[in-house]
Amino acid sequence: MHDIWVVAELAGGGLAPVSLQLLGKARQLADQSGGRVIVFVMGHEIVPLGQELIKYGADEVIIGDHPELAFYRTLPYARVMTHILQERRPNIVLLGATSQGRDLAPRVAARLQTGLTADCLDLSINEEGLLVQTKPSYGDNVMVDIVIPEHRPQMATVRPNVFPLPERIEDRKGKITSVTVNLEPDDLKTVVKEIIDEKHEASRLEEADVVVCGGRGMGSKENFEQLYVLADALGGAVGATRPAVDENWIDDSYQIGQSGKMVAPKLFIACGVSGAVQFTVGMEKSKIVVAINKDASAPIFNFATYGIVGDVREIIPAILQEITTA
Amino acid sequence: MHIVVCIKQVPKTLDVRVDPVTHNLIREGIESTINMFDENALEEAFLLREKFGGKVSVISMGPPQVREALRKALAMGADEAYLLCDPSLGGADVLATAYTLAQGIKKLQPVDLILCGRHAVDADTGQVGPELAEQLGWQQVTMVKRLECDGSKITAWRECEEGTAVWELPFPAVVTVGKEINKPRYPTPIGIIRSGKKQITTWCADDLDADEDKIGLAGSPTRVIRMFSPERTSHVEMLTGENEEVARQLVAKLREHKIQL
Ligand SMILES: Cc1cc2nc3c(=O)[nH]c(=O)nc-3n(C[C@H](O)[C@H](O)[C@H](O)COP(=O)(O)OP(=O)(O)OC[C@H]3O[C@@H](n4cnc5c(N)ncnc54)[C@H](O)[C@@H]3O)c2cc1C
Ligand SMILES: Nc1ncnc2c1ncn2[C@@H]1O[C@H](COP(=O)(O)O)[C@@H](O)[C@H]1O
Repeated sequence: MHDIWVVAELAGGGLAPVSLQLLGKARQLADQSGGRVIVFVMGHEIVPLGQELIKYGADEVIIGDHPELAFYRTLPYARVMTHILQERRPNIVLLGATSQGRDLAPRVAARLQTGLTADCLDLSINEEGLLVQTKPSYGDNVMVDIVIPEHRPQMATVRPNVFPLPERIEDRKGKITSVTVNLEPDDLKTVVKEIIDEKHEASRLEEADVVVCGGRGMGSKENFEQLYVLADALGGAVGATRPAVDENWIDDSYQIGQSGKMVAPKLFIACGVSGAVQFTVGMEKSKIVVAINKDASAPIFNFATYGIVGDVREIIPAILQEITTA
Repeated sequence: MHIVVCIKQVPKTLDVRVDPVTHNLIREGIESTINMFDENALEEAFLLREKFGGKVSVISMGPPQVREALRKALAMGADEAYLLCDPSLGGADVLATAYTLAQGIKKLQPVDLILCGRHAVDADTGQVGPELAEQLGWQQVTMVKRLECDGSKITAWRECEEGTAVWELPFPAVVTVGKEINKPRYPTPIGIIRSGKKQITTWCADDLDADEDKIGLAGSPTRVIRMFSPERTSHVEMLTGENEEVARQLVAKLREHKIQL
C-alpha cells in the first residue's frame, strides 16, 4: 500500500540513467515514509537487469518480458502496466519525463482515472503523507507544488538529471518477480517500423560534459564556426539558441531550451546569449556556467558561475590562445 | 477526412510572476495567443485536407475570450470552430480537460484524426493528447516531427531517446506534433474576411452530456497547493581585465574545476 514504484526504462541495451536517478529518490522517500521500493520494467530479454536494479536500491523488481514489448509502443506497455498497478495498488508511481514516460504515463493515468503531474523537478512527502510534486510552468518562471489528495496511485513524471545516481551496493538483496503478459489484438495495431539511430552529433549534445553554446551575439556564421574550435579544444559539443538556429548557423536539432534540448553538462559556456527564460530552462542544471556577453546587464549572468563582459569575437580567440599555449 | 484540432489559448509571453502577497499569477495586461505547437497541428491538418479533402474542425475548452484564438484558427483556414465553455468546467486538470474534450469530440463524430500540440507552453504537461486518446479508446502517437498518411494508415516519425522511431498506426488516432513538423501559415486578408462569416459554436456542460463528477475542479484529481517564483540568487564571479588576462583567469578556474583542457 505504501509502496513507491518506479517504472524503469531501457536505453541502449541498459537502464536509462533517469530510471536509476528515480530509484535513488524513491529509496530516500520510502526510507522516510516507511514503504518499499518496487521497480517495474518492461521489455524483451531483460531479466538480467533485475539484479542490477536491486543493487541500486529496489526491494522488488517486477519484470514484464515479452517479444511484443521489445520496442516501446503505447498500448501494449499501457496494458501490462495498468494490469499490475490494479493488482498491487501502490501509493506512488514515478516515471522519467522522457519521450517514453511522457507518452505512457498519461495513457495509464487516464485508464486508472488518477492524477498525474508532468515533468517534476522535485518530490517530497508532506505531513499528511502526500507526495508533493514540484513542477515548473510558464517555462520555469513559476514553480507549482501539486498533490493528489484522494486518487491512487499518485503519479508523476520527473525530468532527467535532477536527482543524483544512487550508490550501487554489490550485496544488496531483493526479490525478482515476473508478470505474465496478456495483450489484446487492439494493442498491437500500432507497429514500430524502424528506429532510426540518430545518436549522431545532436544527441551527443545531451550527454556531453562540455557544451559551448552560441547565441545571436555570435553575429555571423563565420564567427559561429569559432565555437567548434573551442568545443574541440575542450572535448565538448556545440549548441545554440533559437535565433542562431533561425539564422541557419546551425541545424535546429542543436537548439537548447524549452523547445529544444535539455542539457546539464559539467561546463556550459554561453557566448553572445542573452539568457531568456525559454533558453535557460534548457541549461540551468549545468554545474559550471561561463557567460560571455558584451552587455553587463544581460540576464545570463544571473545563471553564470563566471562572467566575462566583452566581445565574443575577441574573448574566444584569447581563450583558445591561452588553452593552446598554457 | 474529418480532422479535429485541439487548440489551447496561452499567454503570449511566459514572463509571468507570482504575486508575493496573494500567491496568484500576475497576468494583467498579458496578451493571449494560440499555443505555438497547436498552430503546427492546425497547419498539418490543412496539409492533410489539401491531400485528402474533408474538413478541419477546431475545438477548445476555456473561458469566453478563447473565441479570439478560435477566430484566428478560422482565419488560418479551419472550417468549423467549437468552444466548450461553462463555469462548471473551470479548474479542470488534465484528466477533466481530456474528458471534456472527448465529450465534445464525440458530438463531432465521425472523426478520423485528432491533432494536438506536443504540449502547452504554459502548464507544459503534454498529457491532454494521450489522455484524450484513452478516453476515446483510440491509437496514439506523441511528439511527432513528420507525418505521412495514405487513406488507411498513418506513418509517424516520433522523437525518442535513441533518435527517431517510425510508427505505423490505423485510424482513428490522436497525434501530437512538435514544431519541426511544418511552418504554420499566417491568416491571409481573404481568410480573415471569409472567416468573419463563420460561426463559433459554443457548448455548455449540459450540451456535452457530461458527468458532473468528471468535469472542472470536481473531476480533477490534482490540486495546486502552492505557487511561487523560483529563487534566483546569482553567485556570479566576474572576471575582469584585458582580454588575455580574462582568458588566463578563466582557464585557470577551469583547471581548478578539473576540466580537461
Ligand atoms: C514559446 C517560446 C519558446 C522558445 N523556445 C526557445 C528555445 O527553446 N531556445 C531558445 O534559445 N530560445 C527560445 N525562445 C526564444 C527566447 O525567448 C529568446 O528570444 C532567445 O533565447 C534569445 O536568443 P539569444 O540569446 O541568442 O539572442 P538575443 O536575446 O538577441 O541575445 C543576444 C545577446 O548577445 C549579446 N551580444 C551581441 N553581440 C555580442 C558580441 N559581439 N559579443 C558578446 N555578446 C554579444 C547581446 O548583448 C545579447 O545579450 C522561445 C521563445 C518562445 C516565445
Ligand atoms: N483547454 C484545452 N482546449 C483544447 N485543447 C487543449 C486544451 N488543453 C490542452 N489542449 C491540447 O492538448 C495539447 C497539450 O496540452 P497540455 O497537455 O496541457 O500540455 C495542447 O497543445 C492542445 O492541443
